[in-house]
Amino acid sequence: MNLTKLLDQLDVKADWVGLRHVDESTTLRWVRDGKPQANDRSRSNGIMVEVLVDGQFAYAASSNVDIRSVQSAAEIAVNMARAAAPYSIHQFTSAARPVATGNFNSPHQQIESSISAGEINELLIRSCETLKVSEKIVSTNALARIVNSEQLFVSSNGSNIEQQFLMVTTGSMAVAQDGPVVQKRSDSGMRARSWQIGMESLDENRMMSDSRRVGEEAVELLSAEDCPDGTMDLILAPDQMMLQIHESVGHPLEIDRILGDERNYAGWSFVRLNDFGKLRYGSDLMNITFDPGVPHELASYRFDDGGAKAEREYIIKEGILQRGLGGIESQIRSDVPGVANFRASSWNRAPIDRMANLNLEPGDTPVDDLISSVENGVYMHSNRSWSIDDYRNKFQFGCEYAKLIENGKITKTLRNPNYRGISNSFWNNLKAVGDRDSFEIYGTPNCGKGEPNQVIRVGHASPPCLFSNVEVFGGE
Amino acid sequence: MVSNNSQIGKIEKLFNQLAGEIFSSLEAEEQLSLSLQAEESQFTRINGGRIRQTGFVNDCSVYLDLVVDNRRATASLTLTGDIGFDVDAVQGELNRLREEVPQLPEDPYIVLPAGVETSHTSKQGVMLEADESTDKLLPVLQAVDLSGIWASGRVYRGNANSAGNRHWFATDSFSLDYSLVNAKEKMVKATFAGSDWKQDEYEQSLLASIEKLKMLDSPSIKIKPGNYRTFIASAGVADLLNMFSWDGLSELSMQTGESAFLKMRNENITLSPLFSLAEDFSNGLVPGFNEQGEVSPQRIELIERGELKSCLISSRTAKEYGLDSNFAEESEYLRSPVMAVGELPEADVLQALGTGVYLSNLHYLNWSDVVGGRITGMTRYACFWVEDGEIKGPIENMRFDDSFYNFFGDNLEAVTAEAQINPDVGTYENRSLEMTECPGILLNSFALTL
Repeated sequence: MNLTKLLDQLDVKADWVGLRHVDESTTLRWVRDGKPQANDRSRSNGIMVEVLVDGQFAYAASSNVDIRSVQSAAEIAVNMARAAAPYSIHQFTSAARPVATGNFNSPHQQIESSISAGEINELLIRSCETLKVSEKIVSTNALARIVNSEQLFVSSNGSNIEQQFLMVTTGSMAVAQDGPVVQKRSDSGMRARSWQIGMESLDENRMMSDSRRVGEEAVELLSAEDCPDGTMDLILAPDQMMLQIHESVGHPLEIDRILGDERNYAGWSFVRLNDFGKLRYGSDLMNITFDPGVPHELASYRFDDGGAKAEREYIIKEGILQRGLGGIESQIRSDVPGVANFRASSWNRAPIDRMANLNLEPGDTPVDDLISSVENGVYMHSNRSWSIDDYRNKFQFGCEYAKLIENGKITKTLRNPNYRGISNSFWNNLKAVGDRDSFEIYGTPNCGKGEPNQVIRVGHASPPCLFSNVEVFGGE
Repeated sequence: MVSNNSQIGKIEKLFNQLAGEIFSSLEAEEQLSLSLQAEESQFTRINGGRIRQTGFVNDCSVYLDLVVDNRRATASLTLTGDIGFDVDAVQGELNRLREEVPQLPEDPYIVLPAGVETSHTSKQGVMLEADESTDKLLPVLQAVDLSGIWASGRVYRGNANSAGNRHWFATDSFSLDYSLVNAKEKMVKATFAGSDWKQDEYEQSLLASIEKLKMLDSPSIKIKPGNYRTFIASAGVADLLNMFSWDGLSELSMQTGESAFLKMRNENITLSPLFSLAEDFSNGLVPGFNEQGEVSPQRIELIERGELKSCLISSRTAKEYGLDSNFAEESEYLRSPVMAVGELPEADVLQALGTGVYLSNLHYLNWSDVVGGRITGMTRYACFWVEDGEIKGPIENMRFDDSFYNFFGDNLEAVTAEAQINPDVGTYENRSLEMTECPGILLNSFALTL
């Protein structure tokens, strides 16, 4: 698709014009109990025309990319911008869309066509068979989701960006039942194994090994004790740290949210604009980075959807809040330093502030030392439930699987582990951070935000972390 | 103002032509369903009574479900509106599916397209033009702090299959879903929705919300975690009911051990006789046909006076487990739930509550224990502490964590006599057409935990 030529053909009276074309296909293959449930490919292909008129941006998105349709879309956008300008929340200039040229290709070894639909189905069927380690396993699921995305952006002030992504999610899950007791165990939680990677991700040995462990742990949970109630030490595995970082660090630090854009939907934030550079968000051990350059992490990229160049930045350093998760528009509106995270879910949604890759940097405590330092506590793995208030303060999260720690040693498996807390005090109780050897990368394709609603991909990497004085509780 | 739109009929014609071309190209052993989703939508995002983002989305896609020799593959692709181009694109995708299908394992639970049913619904409204809406919506907002989303335009759903089914549903609709915020950051939530724009009704509705916001001016009351007498208004009840679409009333989730309702089926546990829930399409607001072109009964009793009567059963699940389908969507979620009203007049709610908590809205719900039916979430917006039937002031937001076996069970004291329609204003991928109709509920105990 030659976007530059299309832009040259447009006849638009605007201070700035941008064209963003997205062509994305998502293939889902899903097997339940050894039987195919889905062999689906969805392809979404369209263009967003964005204009700046009288200080107001407006957009029009079209699934038809011929010049007549794009011209019509541009005229709609111009009319909408002009009508909206008297009510603008901010009078922008084209400085909100920097000039950028370049490209990005996500790292991968094997392209999608290197493995056939039939071969993937066979792999998933074998995964289901491997998950069924016992008659007590009543349901097995295995899936592979492959996304190919090509994103192009050109603008009247000279931007020309091409970014190509290949992403794979794999997942397996087993339900075990013994009378009224039902337990579910999955491979690191719902779709957490999502990376920028090729078909090498569908490694049979790794998938079968994981499936066997998932099946065995599902059965193990049937006879496990319920998680105890009480205030105690809590170690979170990286596949739960992902959710903890996402909900209690990522969302509250989105600048558009702090500015109130999201108040009618996901909510506001306990963080205020004057907190940047000052607020003690967590203990000295807390170092959070926005890092779009981590190979294979799900939300790596070179430019955001406004053309800003994406670079690694400390968001929180030694516990102190440094900068927000806001693209150039939010930085202009707030006068707070941000990052290149102005992103849209597709061609039919306008970019907003999204967190992308947000990671907790490793510390220097080996995992064995994390465990041995706990007198009475719980080690929780893999998210299964999440809920947090509209200011991102009061959260309650549940996990699939846990271990009891007594006098520095893991003693028992626990089921139905949950914990709750308040974000700022929880992070200030961060007592130890695992070392680089324990650092793991996860991601999710399912982060929802915005009006109109958008689902976007985010990545989170972290070692296991130890928190003190956490309210922990069990099930029924 | 638009009361007629030249686009009306164009998408339907496109779909019919496409279906005709594609079905005529099928081989004898091939069976195919086509579903269309399209919208022409204006979205204007508002913050502080000012426009944050504004735009227009013209989107159209078709979903193909191909069955050959007990094997099935599906696909969707974006349509351009150019019939020649779109027929070629869909034909190309169909050919790709034809190549893929032989590689796939046999699927014993395939549901073949069946029946020769037709339906046609096309509702034309009185709508605002995209570039006139700001001057209609915004002036009255200049004195208030309002954040929200204006979504307006026409939404289309179509289905056709190789057995002969043809269904069409198109409707104009608009919604301003908003939060009004006061200086203490207390908020009132409301939605002004419909399909015939009336400026005076809009302004009256907004004024009513502004009056409601004034009730939040008094100082917040901090309440301690504990169990409280509680009234949950219709919008909050809708949030609770919507949880039943997720590991809830799906027959498949029941069969695979993942449903929160397992106890009701396996242990004969019942809920309160005051609680009845049905899937009900009789109001005509939601398409009654699913992605396979099957038409649900107008009304399916799910829970009747506290007893589990049925789950949502797709034809696929029915085939797998030897049941009768009630033509739910394949993912067996609630599309048009209606909860039965009770006898408590809305005007008597505060008196009946006496001393306790009045909750207008809930936020960010999730299962905290599926087997136990426990749901956690937050209170949000206009939530009050009430003493002896009088509102004393807004409460600070609280987390709740309680089981529906309690709040739709023994703790359900009364149900209001009036129900509200709560439209789903969700816009993930496209504008939703679903809704939840339900009354408010009075509980003798509700667990607030943090």
